[in-house]
Amino acid sequence: MSASRRPNQLFRNLTAKIAAIPMILTASVVFVGGTAWTAIYSFTDSGLLPRGEFVGLKQYDRLWASNKWLISIENLFIYGVCTLVLSLVIGFVLAALLDQRIRFENTFRTIFLYPFALSFIVTGLVWQWLLNPQFGIQHVVRSMGWESFTFDPLYNPEIVIYGILIAGVWQGTGLVMCLMLAGLRGIDEDIWKAARIDGIPMWKTYLFIVIPMMRPVFITALVIIATGIVRVYDLVVAQTGGGPGIASEVPAKYVYDAMFLSQNLGQGFAASTMMLLAVIIVIVPWAYLEYGGKKRHV
Amino acid sequence: MKLFKTILTASTFLGAAAAVHATELEVTHWWTSGGEAAAVAEFAKAFDATGNKWVDGAIAGGGGTARPVMISRITGGDPMAATQFNHGRQAEELVEAGLMRDLTEVAEKEGWKDIIRPASLLESCTLDGKVYCVPVNIHSQQWLWLSNKAFEDAGVPVPTNWEEFAAAAPALEEAGKIPLAMGQQPWQTTLAFQVLLVALAGPDAYTKIFGEQDAELAASPEITKVFEAADQARSMSADSDVQDWNQATNLVITGEAGGQIMGDWAQGEFQVAGQVAGEDYTCLPGLGVNEVIMTGGDAFYFPVIDDPEVSAAQDQLASVMLSPETQVAFNLKKGSLPVRSDVDLEAVNDCMRKGLDILDQGNIIQSPDQLMSADSLVQINDLFVQFFNDPNMSAEAAQNTFVQLIENAD
Amino acid sequence: MSSTGAINIAGVSADASAEDLVGPRGARPRRALSRRNIMLYGTLFVIAVYYILPLYVMIVTSLKGMPEIRLGNIFAPPVEITFEPWVKAWSSACTGLNCEGLSRGFWNSVRITIPSIVLSIAIASVNGYALANWRFKGANLFFTILIVGAFIPYQVMLYPLVIILREMGLYGSLTGLVLVHAVFGMPILTLLFRNYFTSVPEELFKAARVDGAGFWGIYFKIMLPMSLPIFVVAMIIQVTGIWNDFLFGVVYTRPEYYPMTVQLNNIVNSVQGVKEYNVNMAATIITGLVPLIVYFASGKLFVRGIAAGAVKG
Repeated sequence: MSASRRPNQLFRNLTAKIAAIPMILTASVVFVGGTAWTAIYSFTDSGLLPRGEFVGLKQYDRLWASNKWLISIENLFIYGVCTLVLSLVIGFVLAALLDQRIRFENTFRTIFLYPFALSFIVTGLVWQWLLNPQFGIQHVVRSMGWESFTFDPLYNPEIVIYGILIAGVWQGTGLVMCLMLAGLRGIDEDIWKAARIDGIPMWKTYLFIVIPMMRPVFITALVIIATGIVRVYDLVVAQTGGGPGIASEVPAKYVYDAMFLSQNLGQGFAASTMMLLAVIIVIVPWAYLEYGGKKRHV
Repeated sequence: MKLFKTILTASTFLGAAAAVHATELEVTHWWTSGGEAAAVAEFAKAFDATGNKWVDGAIAGGGGTARPVMISRITGGDPMAATQFNHGRQAEELVEAGLMRDLTEVAEKEGWKDIIRPASLLESCTLDGKVYCVPVNIHSQQWLWLSNKAFEDAGVPVPTNWEEFAAAAPALEEAGKIPLAMGQQPWQTTLAFQVLLVALAGPDAYTKIFGEQDAELAASPEITKVFEAADQARSMSADSDVQDWNQATNLVITGEAGGQIMGDWAQGEFQVAGQVAGEDYTCLPGLGVNEVIMTGGDAFYFPVIDDPEVSAAQDQLASVMLSPETQVAFNLKKGSLPVRSDVDLEAVNDCMRKGLDILDQGNIIQSPDQLMSADSLVQINDLFVQFFNDPNMSAEAAQNTFVQLIENAD
Repeated sequence: MSSTGAINIAGVSADASAEDLVGPRGARPRRALSRRNIMLYGTLFVIAVYYILPLYVMIVTSLKGMPEIRLGNIFAPPVEITFEPWVKAWSSACTGLNCEGLSRGFWNSVRITIPSIVLSIAIASVNGYALANWRFKGANLFFTILIVGAFIPYQVMLYPLVIILREMGLYGSLTGLVLVHAVFGMPILTLLFRNYFTSVPEELFKAARVDGAGFWGIYFKIMLPMSLPIFVVAMIIQVTGIWNDFLFGVVYTRPEYYPMTVQLNNIVNSVQGVKEYNVNMAATIITGLVPLIVYFASGKLFVRGIAAGAVKG
C-alpha cells in the first residue's frame, strides 16, 4: 500500500505530509534540537545554570569513575530484563484470560489496571509498607507461626532492586494487559473459528497464530515498557531513595540528582547523553531493520 | 501575644513606602507540613499588612524540586518575586549571574549586621560585600534523642554523652531494644555522620575539613575516631528497619529503641505523642560531647524583576521577614530559633532552651552547605551513606576515600 | 481464601455456560467445563489479590486515625472508622497558605488534562495513520527520532523546552503546558497508532481508495470507527500521564494554573514534619479517582469484535 506506487502520489503525499507537520517539528526541533543542546552542555562545567566553560570529556571521565553510576547501570540492567519479561508475560496471560468471554471482565480489567492510575510516590510508599519486615508481609507470615520467614527485599542491598521490581510490575502490567487486549480484540473472529475447526489446541493457536499476528502490538508494548524502564525514577525515590546505601540507584536518578541536587548540570547532561547513546545504539539498527526496508506486514 | 517577653516597639516596617500600591509578590517555598505552613502564614500576614499581597507558591520536595522550578522560571523570563533557597555556596552561581537582587541598601538601612546572630548567617548571604538573601531562622541538627523508658527497661542509667550511649548498647540489645534508631533514607545517614564528626572531632576540625578542605586533618587519628564511632553506630542501628525519620523517632517514643540522632524537628513528634522533655525523653545537643549547633537554616532570595513596584515590594518583604514581631511569630510556629538576638521566647521547652543557651554562648558552626559546593558535598554524602549501609566497608577504607574526596573538593 | 472464592465464581459461571462460546457446547460433560472455569477464575482471582492488596492497605489506612496507625499493623481493619482524612485531603489540607486541600487544583487539572488529551491523541493518531498507510520519504527518519526521544529522561528536556516555549512566547501559559504534554505524549502514542493501523487488513484500505476516498476520508470513515480499543488505550495512557504529572505542571506554569498533583505532592511529599499517612492515602485515592473512572467507563469501548465486525461488514 506504499503510496509511492500510486500515480497521483505527489498530491496525496502532500496531505499526509501536511498532516505530519506536528510530528516533523517535534522530532526535529524538540528532540533533535533539545538533545543536541544537552550533548553540547555535557562538555561544559555548567553548575546550577546552563552556561560555563568547555572542559572536554571531564564530565565523562568522572561519570565512569563513579561507583554510583556503575551500580545504577547494573541495577537498570537487572530491573530492565526482569520487568520486560514479567510485564510481557503477565500482561499477555492476563489479556488472554480476560479474552475468554468471562463474566465481570470489566471488573477484573479495572482491578489489574487501577495501579496504573496511582502516582509513583504513593505506590512506592504502600509497597514500602508491605515489604517492611516490622509490620508488612513478613510480620504477618511470622505471626501465623512461620517464625523463620524472612522477606525484607528493601532492606537487603543484595536484592533491593527486586523489591522495587515487585512494585514496578504491579504498577505497569495493567497497561500492557490493556494493550494486549486491544490487540486480541483486533484479531479476526474467523481465525479462531478456523483454528477450532482444525482442532488446534488453544495454547497452540495463541502461540503460533495469534502472537505472530500481534507482532506490532508486542513492539508497542515493548517500547512502552522499555521507556518506562530507562526512565524509572520516582518509584525508586519513593521506595528506597536509592538505598540501602546506594544499592538501588538507577541512571535516571543519577541524572536528576546530578542536575538538581549536586547542582552540576554538566554531569547530569553527560549521564543522560550516555543513556541516550546506549538507546540509539540499540534502537537505530532495530528501527532500520523494522521500518527502513520495505513494508513487511501481510 | 502573651508569648513575647520583649518586643521592640520600634517597628521596622518601611512605613512611608507602604500602602501606596498593593503589589502582588509570588513567593516560592517548600514549607508544606502543618507547622511549617502555619509559620509561613505569619510571613504572609505581616507582608499583607504592609498593603501588598503575598501570593503563595508552595511546592513540597525541598531544593531538589525548587531548583528546576526556579531556574526554569528565570530562564523562561517569568521569575517568582521571592524564593526560599539554601543559602551559602549553593546560590552563589545565581548571584554571580546577576539574577538575584542586591539587598544591601535595605540591609544597611536596617542594620542587619548588628541584629542578626550569629554573624555567619548574614555572611552566607553576602558575596563581595553585598547582601543577597534574608536568613529567617536557625535549625540545628546536632541532637541525640534518648528514650528514658528504654534505658529503664534495660536497667542502665540514661546516658549523658555518646560514649556512655555506645557503652549501653549491649545492655539495650539484651533487653530486646534497638540501640540506635535510624531511617534508611540517605539524608538521615548523612546527618548522623555529620553530627558524629562535629561532636567527636570538635567544631574546629569540622570547619577546617569542610571549609578549608584540609585533607591532612581528614587523615588524622582524630577523624579515625569518628569513623570508628560511625562503625559503632552502624552496628547499633543494624536492626532498625524503618524508612522515614519519624518512624525512627517513633521507635524511640515507644521505647523500642534507645536513641536517635536527629535534628530539632524531631521534637514535634515527641510533643504530638504527649511526651515531656526530661521525663519521657532526654535530649543531648552535640551528642553531649561538644555542645555546639550547626547554624543551618532557611533563607529567602529575591530574583531580579524589572519593575520598580515589584522591587519596592521585595524590599518591604525582606524587611518584614526580619522584623522582631514576625521573627517571634514565625519561629514559634516553625519550631526553630530566631535569627535576631534582641527578641526572646518564653514558651520554649527544656530542649529548645538548651539550644538557645548554646546559641547565646556562641557555640556555633556553619552548615556544610555554607562551606562547600553542593557537588562535592553530594559525593561526600554518598560515601557516608554507602559506608553506613555496607557492613563490609571498613572504617579505614571509608576514611581513605573521605580524604581523597576532601582533597578534590571545592 | 482465594480458592473458595474461585470455586464460588466458577459455580456461577458454570450455570452460565450457554454464554461461553469458546468452551464446548451440548453433550460434552459439564465437569470439564467447570474445571476449566475453576482454573480460569481461580487464576484471575489469585492475581487479583496481588493487585488489590495494596489498595486494601491504602483504604484501610485512610480510614484510621493517626494514633491507630502508630500501632503499626497495616493490615488490621480500622477499629474506629473515620472519614476525617478524606475530608481533610479534599478540602482542608494545607499547601503553604492555601488550606483548601486537593479541591483547589482540581479544576486546573481538568483544564490542563482535557485539551492535552484531545490534542495529543489527535496529533498522534494522524501521525500513526500517515506512517502506516501513507508513507512518504523521510517519514521513518522522523519516526525513529521520536522513538529514541521517548527514552530521554524528562528532566533532561526541561530546560531546552523552557527556551523553546520562551521563544514562542508561550512560557507560563496553559497553552504552553498543553503543548508540552502533546510533545511528550507523541512518541508512544504515535507508535501505538502506527502499529495498530499497520495491522488493519490492507484490503479495507484498498477498497476505500478504489471508492475514491482520500486521506481524511479514510481516516474518519474507516480507521477511526474500527480503532476504538486502541483509542481507549491511548486515552488511558494520556489520562494517567497528564493527570498525574507534577514536574511539567510546576515548571511550565504559574501558581494559578498548578494542577492537583502539586497539592498531592505537598500533602504526601513534605520533607519534614509529621507525616499523616491516612491523609496521604486518602489524597492519593482521591487523585486517582479521575483516571479510575475513565478506566471503568471506557471499558464498554473494549467490547469484543469491533474490529472483526468492521472487517466483515
